[in-house]
Amino acid sequence: MATDTAQIEQTVIDALVEIAPDHDELTREMSLEEIDVDSLDLAEFGQIVEEKLGVVLKGSDFSESITTVGDVVDLVVARAA
Amino acid sequence: VRTVVVTGVGAVTPLGVGAPTLHERWSAGASGVAGGEAPCADFDPTAHLSRKEAKRSDRFTQLAVVAAGEAVTHAGWDDLPYDPDRVGCIIGTGIGGMATFEDQCNVLATAGPGKVSPLAVPLLMGNAGAAAVSMRHGLFGPSFGVVSACAAGAHAIGAATRAIQCGDADAMVTGGSEAALTPLARAAFASLDATSTTGISRPFDARRDGFVMGEGAAVLVLEEEQAARARGARILGTVRGYAATSDAHHLTAPRADGSGAARAITAALGDAGVAAGDVDYVNAHGTSTPLNDRSETLAVKTALGERALTVPMSSLKSAIGHTLGAAGAIEAVATVLALRDRVAPPTLGWEQAEEGLDLDYVPGSARPLDVPDGRPALAISNSFGFGGHNAVLVLEAA
Repeated sequence: MATDTAQIEQTVIDALVEIAPDHDELTREMSLEEIDVDSLDLAEFGQIVEEKLGVVLKGSDFSESITTVGDVVDLVVARAA
Repeated sequence: VRTVVVTGVGAVTPLGVGAPTLHERWSAGASGVAGGEAPCADFDPTAHLSRKEAKRSDRFTQLAVVAAGEAVTHAGWDDLPYDPDRVGCIIGTGIGGMATFEDQCNVLATAGPGKVSPLAVPLLMGNAGAAAVSMRHGLFGPSFGVVSACAAGAHAIGAATRAIQCGDADAMVTGGSEAALTPLARAAFASLDATSTTGISRPFDARRDGFVMGEGAAVLVLEEEQAARARGARILGTVRGYAATSDAHHLTAPRADGSGAARAITAALGDAGVAAGDVDYVNAHGTSTPLNDRSETLAVKTALGERALTVPMSSLKSAIGHTLGAAGAIEAVATVLALRDRVAPPTLGWEQAEEGLDLDYVPGSARPLDVPDGRPALAISNSFGFGGHNAVLVLEAA
């Protein structure tokens, strides 16, 4: 299960790198604003995550409390569980 | 009426990146046509844009953003010299994000609706160029796209000129962009018999057989004259006049007698307050199609009278093909620089006259402009689009 979680986390990070291509290395602490990710990027991110992990995310899932890379990772991990 | 001056120009064309490159290479007789098309082969978006910006934009927007960046820098706008509420942006296009549209149609057909990108609409929409430029430079004034096929670039500049003249803005970033070298666009224009089967662009020549598709963008910075002078701007030229008319005749063919185009030229000269005899140079629409080049020749004869028989008139499309919605803007930039240097660049490839097509098309090589009395050189730049849209700019050197 731990491996699964690690794999999911890596998939999420890879997807975030895809939508924030000017940032090669992302850390959990980085804010979405800092890596210039906006609502359009999150829509694209949702499409990637659905394809790779089968997790369906809606725009409303990215509430105001989701502000960092770590928040996004945790959201997807929780949904995939 | 407030006077509108040009303080910066930028271009990405099949002759290379940069407005000076366009002007110098066209004047030297260079051609950007290769293999029957005229792509911006030297343009690498990632050399100018971040990976994110490149990913967030169709090629037509990338071309517009790079041309606008050059124009704004050329104008000396390191920081916006105006209240951002008073600066807008109008960018014309014939088609918009054609490559994005086709890619996403393929995604829809092969992978289904769930796989269509959320970026599809924001990338393909025809106003994406204007949106990207306004965002990049923080322009809060009026910004929108203009769509009038091959006249879009000229209509954009005309609309931007009016925005300054009537006081809606003090400065405008304006031009046109097109990137439609795509399978569907190629097939569609070929199906219309609009494009050349020989792959040669030779406007006004008896052997012309259609246009060669090109791509590119050009952007001008326009400012209200007093404001420009007050900030010490270098003034390249003046937009003296503008007019637009419609043929109201046919979806693709111009009126054979060129009357719609002639009315636009006459009205533009009237708007500028100049006479036919004051025109030192004509930058032709000159597409290399059998219909346009004949009707345009008639239009110029109707509008300029005797002056038509002596004024030098050349077509940039002989060097860069037809860049559709960008053409009017690229030609305006080329005309401003030609007037500054008092040169009439050539119509490349013109060798064989056709009966009735008997104007001075500046064949062979560039020629100095003969401007009497030491006054600034003045030109008209013609643009005519599918749909019968005619737009004419009257441009004058500083």
